[in-house]
Amino acid sequence: MSAQMTSPRHAENAGFWRRTQAMLVKEFIQLRRDRVSFAMIVMIPIVQLILFGYAINTTPRNMPTALLMQEDSDLARSVVKALENTTYFRFTHRVHDEAEFDRLLQSGAVSFGVEVPIGFERAVRRGDRPALLVAADATDPVASGSALSSLNQVVLSALIHDQAIPANSPPAFEIRSHARYNPAGSSRLNIVPGLVGTILTMTMLVFTALSVTREIERGTMENLLSMPITPVEIMLGKIVPYVMVGFIQAFLIVSIGVLLFGVPVLGSLALLALLITLFITTNLSIGYSFSTVAQNQLQAMQMTMMFFLPNILLSGFMFPFNGMPDWAQYIGEALPLTHFIRIVRAIMLKGSTLGDLQYDAAMLALLMLVAMTIAVRRFRRTLD
Amino acid sequence: MTSVAETAAGDIAIDVRGLSKSFDGREVVHDLSMQVKRGTIYGFLGPNGSGKTTTIRMLCGLLTPDKGTGRCLGYDILTESDAIKRHVGYMTQKFSLYQDLSVRENLEFVARLYGMADARAAARDMVQRLGLGGREEQLAGQLSGGWKQRLALGACTLPNPSLLLLDEPTAGVDPKARREFWNEIHSLAGEGLTVLVSTHYMDEAERCHEIAYIAYGHLLTKGTVEEVIAQSALTTYTVTGDGLTPLATELADRPGIDMVAPFGASLHVSGRDAEKLDAAIAPWRERADMEWQKSEPSLEDVFIELMNRSRDNFQ
Repeated sequence: MSAQMTSPRHAENAGFWRRTQAMLVKEFIQLRRDRVSFAMIVMIPIVQLILFGYAINTTPRNMPTALLMQEDSDLARSVVKALENTTYFRFTHRVHDEAEFDRLLQSGAVSFGVEVPIGFERAVRRGDRPALLVAADATDPVASGSALSSLNQVVLSALIHDQAIPANSPPAFEIRSHARYNPAGSSRLNIVPGLVGTILTMTMLVFTALSVTREIERGTMENLLSMPITPVEIMLGKIVPYVMVGFIQAFLIVSIGVLLFGVPVLGSLALLALLITLFITTNLSIGYSFSTVAQNQLQAMQMTMMFFLPNILLSGFMFPFNGMPDWAQYIGEALPLTHFIRIVRAIMLKGSTLGDLQYDAAMLALLMLVAMTIAVRRFRRTLD
Repeated sequence: MTSVAETAAGDIAIDVRGLSKSFDGREVVHDLSMQVKRGTIYGFLGPNGSGKTTTIRMLCGLLTPDKGTGRCLGYDILTESDAIKRHVGYMTQKFSLYQDLSVRENLEFVARLYGMADARAAARDMVQRLGLGGREEQLAGQLSGGWKQRLALGACTLPNPSLLLLDEPTAGVDPKARREFWNEIHSLAGEGLTVLVSTHYMDEAERCHEIAYIAYGHLLTKGTVEEVIAQSALTTYTVTGDGLTPLATELADRPGIDMVAPFGASLHVSGRDAEKLDAAIAPWRERADMEWQKSEPSLEDVFIELMNRSRDNFQ
């Protein structure tokens, strides 16, 4: 007691930084030696981004399509040819009745069905504007949306070319599209900015969620606790190295997004870097607090997954935030990814400034402080 | 401030009274009191699971006692564990340095945590002292058992502690490494360090200035080796000759005989009551093919007898 009162305050501070630094250096060396983690740092963002960017295409092409030709006229064949030429549709099944048409859609064997009604050509010639039915399996609205939205224009221009219908005449027929199973559809997603947040959430949580439980399971915690280091120093020593790791990841993701996918960064890069750092630290703190609560590494991983899921589902990454029910929005407000996705989309796509984003930035800082407080309070200084 | 604590404690390094600790309702340490003088090597003996590790952990603040009070280097073990941690070196039973850090990195980590002015130099000196020169960059996890123990001892002596708590430091180490280890402990004690060391090797107990024996959480006896043997009031005969194995089985269950233990080519027969013992062995005393000699019980006789007795009492 008397020691703390008589010794100068700056000496205490120097001790604090020295011990924190000792922890930090140790963590860095361990990270460097852990090749799997090291590979994870670099590979996860690249692999995820490439997968999301290329394989998971929101304007998919060559979708399997069923064709029901109720009449075999020149015009009908021409329309079908035009549909095929859009490259969205690939006619894989030719069906002969509506029951089979429905069954194929229902089973998922095809994503689209095109039905040319009886008397189509005659009706067009008469100017009756008959309907051409294009039914889409809209369970995945992203997959069907762009194909449906392009129909009118593409088919029409193809017909004008083929059949020499005057360019300025009114549409000769109507294309009636049915988005089945999910009639409302959904907005397009800003994949890359959202991915910055989800990738960072996943990797950062995992890194710190294991940090304390790993020391306990390897038996090194007993030694660490017998030395004069405080819970705050241990926490900072374990978080700071990964802030740098997270920053490297974010740099990778944003670079790939800009260079490979042409995502713009309209706002300030410095502001983006600053708020990414805040977001990284928030996630690391949350992961670390899991680590102080969990009994072992398996539990820590399970808690991470439990936390990761709502982050993906309720943050506005998957579904538009404003379209969610109120209770889901309240949960969403308590998740760091929600605020970060707003921040990153606003800075990259809308060029927003810190003034526009102060609420979300403050929420991230608040969540970070709450997590850190829980972690320091929950950290067991004894083996009791 | 350190001097205040030291004068307050006098020349007693560890002074604890009535320590008890239970885990899940099972009492692991019961009403344990002990005093350790500064500069001595104090041996802490007892079978596995007797509460040695728990006691050591309570001494350095890693466990909170359920009952009892005490001071370690003059600091209260309940309220001043931060100060205790700065002056106590604790070597855990299992190797608990970082296996994925090199020898040098482990030592530098410890030196930095204790705020030593030049961590690199301190680590370098310790490597020399441990005779680990040339192995500085080897990962701790790749060292052999004996080297690991040396490194662990080096790490806990690095910050110049006043008290060392060593929890079974030589378990699973070969005899040569054990001897070197004990030489090192003696030279540290010569420099004024107090050492509390737990072990279950009898030969190690005899290298301690004082010993305490603990079984089933109860401290059964303490003092110098001679005092412990004298306190036992055990009468022992050493029998040599032929047919000792059948003799051992015959004697084991006879009233008055508390313990029969073979020692190489001889048999130790002991009893708490000298008269009853004499009566019990009388039929064999005059046999021509064996020789009976009254002898002082060995430390091992005493401990095994204590353990048998405590099992009767506490289980």
